[in-house]
Amino acid sequence: MQNLRLIIKREFNSRVRNKSFIVMTILSPLIVVGMIFLVVFLSGLNSEEVRTVAVLDETQLFSDSFEDSENLKFKQLTDIELVTAKTISETSDYHGLLYIPQTEDLSQLDKNIQFFVEGSPNVSTIQSIERTLNTSLTNIKLENDGVDLLKIETSKTNVDIKIENYQGEQTSKMSSWIKAIFGGAAGYLLMMFIIIYGNMVMRSVIEEKTNRIIEIIISSVKPYHLMMGKIIGTSLAGVTQFLIWVVLGGILMLIATSVFGLNLEPSTMPNQEMIDQANASGMQAVLYDIARLPIGTLIISFLIFFIGGYFLYSSIYAAIGAAVDNETDTQQFMFPIIIPLMLAMYVGFFAVIENPHGSVAVIFSHIPLTSPIVMLMRIPFGVPWWEILISMLLLFATFALVVWFAAKIYRVGILMYGKKPTYKELYKWLKY
Amino acid sequence: MNTILVADQVTKNYGKFTALNSISIEVPSGSIFGLLGPNGAGKTTFIRIINQITMPDSGSVFLDGEALQPHHIQHIGYLPEERGLYKSMKVGEQALYLAQLKGLSKAQAKERLKYWFDKLDIGSWWDKKIEELSKGMAQKVQFIVTVLHQPKLLIFDEPFSGFDPVNANLIKDEILELRNQGATIIFSTHRMESVEELCDHIALIHNANKVLDGKVTDIKKTYKSNTYEVGLKTEHPDSLQNDLSHKFEVSPASFQTLDDNLKLKIKIEPHSSPNELISYLTSKAQMNHFVEVIPSVNDIFIQTVSKS
Repeated sequence: MQNLRLIIKREFNSRVRNKSFIVMTILSPLIVVGMIFLVVFLSGLNSEEVRTVAVLDETQLFSDSFEDSENLKFKQLTDIELVTAKTISETSDYHGLLYIPQTEDLSQLDKNIQFFVEGSPNVSTIQSIERTLNTSLTNIKLENDGVDLLKIETSKTNVDIKIENYQGEQTSKMSSWIKAIFGGAAGYLLMMFIIIYGNMVMRSVIEEKTNRIIEIIISSVKPYHLMMGKIIGTSLAGVTQFLIWVVLGGILMLIATSVFGLNLEPSTMPNQEMIDQANASGMQAVLYDIARLPIGTLIISFLIFFIGGYFLYSSIYAAIGAAVDNETDTQQFMFPIIIPLMLAMYVGFFAVIENPHGSVAVIFSHIPLTSPIVMLMRIPFGVPWWEILISMLLLFATFALVVWFAAKIYRVGILMYGKKPTYKELYKWLKY
Repeated sequence: MNTILVADQVTKNYGKFTALNSISIEVPSGSIFGLLGPNGAGKTTFIRIINQITMPDSGSVFLDGEALQPHHIQHIGYLPEERGLYKSMKVGEQALYLAQLKGLSKAQAKERLKYWFDKLDIGSWWDKKIEELSKGMAQKVQFIVTVLHQPKLLIFDEPFSGFDPVNANLIKDEILELRNQGATIIFSTHRMESVEELCDHIALIHNANKVLDGKVTDIKKTYKSNTYEVGLKTEHPDSLQNDLSHKFEVSPASFQTLDDNLKLKIKIEPHSSPNELISYLTSKAQMNHFVEVIPSVNDIFIQTVSKS
């Protein structure tokens, strides 16, 4: 135990004092915050650009339909030939020319409208024009057939089902989405963490071999302690870096927003309907939903599964590190790590959100390699405590087993200096 | 005679390859024990078994009469042939870490490190990183780390490789001093001149088998060939050599003399006395040189290895 403590301390210190670690810890939040501002700044520039579209409407039906918006202006051209209109549009540096030809039959019109443009058109501009034309043309046709548009407007309905459980507690329709977002964010965070810091564990395990200190170390400590110490020490360094990032990033964001006065909230939400819906069902209900999530269980199980999942994958990275002599040999073993991670994310996003307690979700939330991510996503939907417990036990047992396995490989691997191991050989080593 | 380490029929196989074949060795306490053998003979495997890095397939090893257990690691100091240190760690910090892994308290380790750093004159390196040191300098640090916890049994695998002659001598003196203080030293090498100088017991391993072991003087006695080097001054060297070759086994020899003109190696019958040879030679010529040929460990090594 004394040795384990020493190893953890050394691993932590040697990571944290490493120059590149310090540089990355300070630089990363700067880069990320810088990127965010760059993106916001650029998209701001983009949306400030005003496009003018010339309209040559020979039917005279749509003269009132096109309304100028912030980024899109319309210029009506009347009583000129198409050829002239084209020249005007081109020389006036308009974004394009919308041509609505004269037709006898309105039903043919929708196929004959043209848009002339230099290069390729702006997609959202085209979409906006198409939307406007669709609405106007539909209305014109309806009116021609003698339908009263006012009646249609008044008979439009928007059903809003009130959801209430048998105990009489109201929930909003957003509830499922909130849960999915909570779970998804947790799962995604874990995956990022594994990918960023797992490698660090692997490199640290290879370290003794490249420094040729391995025999001195292995004749002083048990490989199991060494593996465990490395995983814990490196993880602590990772957590430290992560916390520094969060704090530093937060401070930077605060400073940056106040200095540059940039409004980070996107001015127009892409999904206006969702917000409307949220407003309709009431922000209150949403907040209530969040408050009603099993916050206590959520945080505790988040921590446990996060740590468990991270440790399990770290121990696999450690086993890989134990099997090879240098980092270039690790490539062939990367595959088995990435696959279950990806699988867990897919299962999480497709099976869990669709049916959190379906058999696929339940099974994958018990398989140790996928359980951390899948279970994290399931928990907000309410999972019986015994299921969580079984899944946790399986997870930690597997972790201990893999560390033992890694230690075994490590011990035997010493005798195989400079030889690239194959899977077959790894199996043989286990039997030594 | 006390033995500190006993290996009893230790066998180790790697798959089909036999690394050690029923090796039994006794290391007397307070001795410098040379573990000899050509490359790939199984020396390192044997040492790793003593250090519990690998386990023997069969047979057992006893330290002070007890079967090897994890806690014995504290009584063993091991300087492997394949050695290194954490490159980006500071010398002092690293030495402290390794010493604590061997069970020393921090204060104890600091005190002893100070003693050793002063002794080997490397006190100023404490805050340097290993990557700033030369290979020889790093080896000094490793040596200190090996002996710091005052183990009863020290195992050095090719300790002098990488040292310049001055430092090799320094280390040699330290090894001898440690022996005088009561430590037992196992010394694995294939550099015979250091064995000749240091070891009082040897074991020779060849192709996974122990082919020879015992006290160096005893081994030399059994390997002596009753051969003597003689330097003679005579007016008729050719006829004398001719006469001698009829009586004994004679071969030419070379050594430094002032005016001898006949230099020979003469082998006599195992039980006859060299006095007879001397009286015969002195009656024929003036004898300036008469030395018994003692087999060097190197000769014994080559002879045994090529024989088996």
